[in-house]
Amino acid sequence: MSESLTCDVVVVGAGMVGAACALYAAREGLDVIVVDRGQVAGGTTGAGEGNLLVSDKEPGPELELALLSARLWTGLAEELGRETEYEPKGGVVVAETPEALAGLETFAAGQRAAGVSALGVTADRLHDLEPRLAPGLAGAVHYPQDAQVMPALAAAHLLRASGARLRTGRTVTGVLRGPGGAVRGVRTDRGDVHAPAVVNAAGPWGGEVAALAGVHLPVLPRRGYVLVTEPLPPRIRHKVYAAEYVADVASDSAALQTSPVVEGTAAGPVLIGASRERVGFDRSVSLPALRALAAGATRLFPFLARVRALRTYAGFRPYLPDHLPAIGADPRAPGLFHACGHEGAGIGLSTGTGHLIAGLLTGADPALDLTPFRPDRFCPEAR
Amino acid sequence: MRTELVVVGAGPAGLAAALAADARGVRVTVVDAADGPGGQFYRQPAAELNARRPQALHHQWRTWERLRDGLAASGVRLLTGHHVWTVTGGPDSFTVHALLGPGQDEPATVHADAVLLATGSHEHVLPFPGWTLPGVVTAGGAQAMLKSGLVVPGRVAVVAGTGPLLLPVATGLAAAGTRVSALVESAGPRQVARHARALAGKLPEGAGHAARLLRHRVRPLARHTVVRAHGDDRLTGVTVAALDADGHVRRGTGRYLPCDTLAVGHGLLPQTDLAEGLGCHLDGATVTVDAEQRTSAPGVWAAGEATGVGGAALALAEGHIAGRSAAARLRGTEPDPAGWAPAARTREALRTAAAALDAAFAPPAHWAAQVTDDTVVCRCEEVTAGAVREAADGLGAGDVRTVKLLTRAGMGWCQGRMCATAVAGLTGCHSDPPRRPLARPVPLGILAGTAPDRAAPDRPAPDRPAPDRTAPDRAAPDRAAPDRAVSGRPVSESDRSPSEQASTGGLSSDRPPHGRLARDQNPPEAFEEGSP
Amino acid sequence: MNPLRLVRARPARAFTVTVDGRTVEALPGRTVAAALWAAGITSWRTTRGSGRPRGVFCGIGVCFDCLVTVNDSPNQRACLVPARPGDVIRTQEGTGHED
Repeated sequence: MSESLTCDVVVVGAGMVGAACALYAAREGLDVIVVDRGQVAGGTTGAGEGNLLVSDKEPGPELELALLSARLWTGLAEELGRETEYEPKGGVVVAETPEALAGLETFAAGQRAAGVSALGVTADRLHDLEPRLAPGLAGAVHYPQDAQVMPALAAAHLLRASGARLRTGRTVTGVLRGPGGAVRGVRTDRGDVHAPAVVNAAGPWGGEVAALAGVHLPVLPRRGYVLVTEPLPPRIRHKVYAAEYVADVASDSAALQTSPVVEGTAAGPVLIGASRERVGFDRSVSLPALRALAAGATRLFPFLARVRALRTYAGFRPYLPDHLPAIGADPRAPGLFHACGHEGAGIGLSTGTGHLIAGLLTGADPALDLTPFRPDRFCPEAR
Repeated sequence: MRTELVVVGAGPAGLAAALAADARGVRVTVVDAADGPGGQFYRQPAAELNARRPQALHHQWRTWERLRDGLAASGVRLLTGHHVWTVTGGPDSFTVHALLGPGQDEPATVHADAVLLATGSHEHVLPFPGWTLPGVVTAGGAQAMLKSGLVVPGRVAVVAGTGPLLLPVATGLAAAGTRVSALVESAGPRQVARHARALAGKLPEGAGHAARLLRHRVRPLARHTVVRAHGDDRLTGVTVAALDADGHVRRGTGRYLPCDTLAVGHGLLPQTDLAEGLGCHLDGATVTVDAEQRTSAPGVWAAGEATGVGGAALALAEGHIAGRSAAARLRGTEPDPAGWAPAARTREALRTAAAALDAAFAPPAHWAAQVTDDTVVCRCEEVTAGAVREAADGLGAGDVRTVKLLTRAGMGWCQGRMCATAVAGLTGCHSDPPRRPLARPVPLGILAGTAPDRAAPDRPAPDRPAPDRTAPDRAAPDRAAPDRAVSGRPVSESDRSPSEQASTGGLSSDRPPHGRLARDQNPPEAFEEGSP
Repeated sequence: MNPLRLVRARPARAFTVTVDGRTVEALPGRTVAAALWAAGITSWRTTRGSGRPRGVFCGIGVCFDCLVTVNDSPNQRACLVPARPGDVIRTQEGTGHED
């Protein structure tokens, strides 16, 4: 079945970022079509934990985007909180040694100056906050602004709320160009979608979509595993992770890195992350990675040793060399906008990203300085 | 511990494979979750029940005796109570990771040069209103509880669904004293008869079952289906109705049958998790194998129902071929298809028969129309048909994975083993082969590697004196019984027959066995009967 | 006829277990599920969503419907776990874990 469609904006990618772009663009009155070669939330979104975090970001452009996104999520939660399993649970970053605690406190002080709520927690108060944590930890910082959603539900419900037309199972095979090179829509294996604006929200495959428009965007996959336990009563109240997680996120290493990230979910199971490896799109299961995740989680929460893992899955974070997403208009292809490369933070950063893209589409003043997110920052001429 | 060939599964396929490889001098270890060999087909009563006539609950008992005796006389090491959660490695070094005992709270590993997967199948049940009530069990589940526990769930049963399993379940329950008021089969008598030739040739016990149905006054209701199970906290009866030729329920044909047990099944599904984890290619729901039963993953063989559902006799033939192929490959010799030609002929004939059975016994084409929106589809996470339909129709989910993400159907303890096909059928969604990297739930402490591995000690090479291999059994604490190694007597070269030594003594040759060996070491008699 | 007679079983002497405090006889070799069935009990779990009763479904350890708490250990599959003398078997509610 082939059909030719016309709209104001075509969004490539039915994940969380594409859904947020569709929602905010539609709320600006634009007619939006979302296309995806797979399903709703079928890529990175469906493999994520649904973190809406400010805690793991150092002061700078990503933190500003995170704070904007957190405010937007709070607003969205009023209408879609239940459907998306939005939980403003807060994050707790724990330090196992006094040295780690000192580093964490320095990091938190910088964040506070940038507008983050970061509350120091002494070792003797830690178990009031999180009763089942292991004994002997040095201390922690509590981040009340951290929250969580169920990412697949969030993407599906934002898409539905947007009213955008959804066309899944449709592969983009080309970007249509007009006179002067302006983007005119996309070609798919099931017909053309004509639009004066195309938003690349293809996550780890964003580089491929950019290439269809003849532009270079070096998005690479960074594999991560999640372990999911049997359903439990609420036992872990916050998103809890070790201080070294922040260093792993910022690292450029291709080798396996793991740092324990543990959180409960509204549905009952506990989610355990986080591993990072640069191995391409290889979905095969790495037992060493799973063992490291389990070891980290049981070290933070000893009661988990007897709890069973029911399943595990791999996902691919879309990562750009400087760990910042590409958000904005691409001067190399007028009409092409990028909204990808959020690495492991795309669920949280999706609302801010969608809001900024919608502003660009309608010519509004951006809420943030977009210079650090420029999509052409990696091409030699732009340096 | 280390072995040359590890066989996962001690049912007909696994045992035939193990014996075939053992007879060719390969050190074989079989691991199985159960307390003893036999798999589901030859599931045995617990030893303490001291059943003196277990064959009263079985068919093809002579074949079982030959398998059992062959195992006892062999050098095959059997590790029972091993629940395998993943197999890693390849192509010439593998590790089987298992959890021990019914509590599954201790780890064990087996290292091997090659892997043979004989993981069998489990039952497939499509949902209908009331199917989660206590008293509704799978047909195979009722049979399993009867065979091993010598127990039935109630006094009056209805057996329903579709497939060749229903007949033996109905006659088995009836023989054990349950009043079986009806056998409700959705296939029509003509559909079944159309394939009667294949059935008559390959399932000679079919006629016997029919006679027994008559004797036990079980009413056969062909082209009927259960449309609802009734009861508040327990099953009190079912409504059955007739189906028209297209598989629609015929209006006005519903009738109520009081019962306290409903044994229901719609066929079998291959268990492919371990194969998938090893990277073996799957064709739909089954593991793809070549003529030697090799999977696409080097060093990994598969046999039995994991490669396609077709019954015990087919599993024996496939296992035999797989075991011989693996033995030859492990010895670096060319396998000898001419030597296993009888088994190969049996395999072809039974695969043809299985395909015919599959076509004859299909669930009613319109089963989904009977599933009301408030019917629970995912039993673990209590996801209703209405929620599943809403994910597809309202949220745009177009495949089973997305329905799972949006509803939790398939995210619970059983990981979709009971509901994935139902979700696909209800939504018309495409279903990819399931990916379950953890084939069993694994305690995080074991996954972390902090719990000690209670692996069985390495088996000595056959030319060294073998210690008493039952020792770990006695040393183990009663409750945990972590290492229940069971094996035949220790093997030394002098135990082997001259013909066997000829085939195994020279490691470079894999001469076809003949004479006594061919008959006695290859228990599946089907091989000799295979030619039409 | 009953299954034990059918196969001419001569089981060892029965022992007792408790099921929600009630004393029940069990034959050695039987699983918890088989022992409960023999005692006329067909459900021993309530679901965590709607609190509905469940018991054996697949009978071979695949479906996890028969989860039960045995000797304070939750989420044991009754169809796999052998009954032992003195076992304290409790109907499992919800996740099986204390809140």
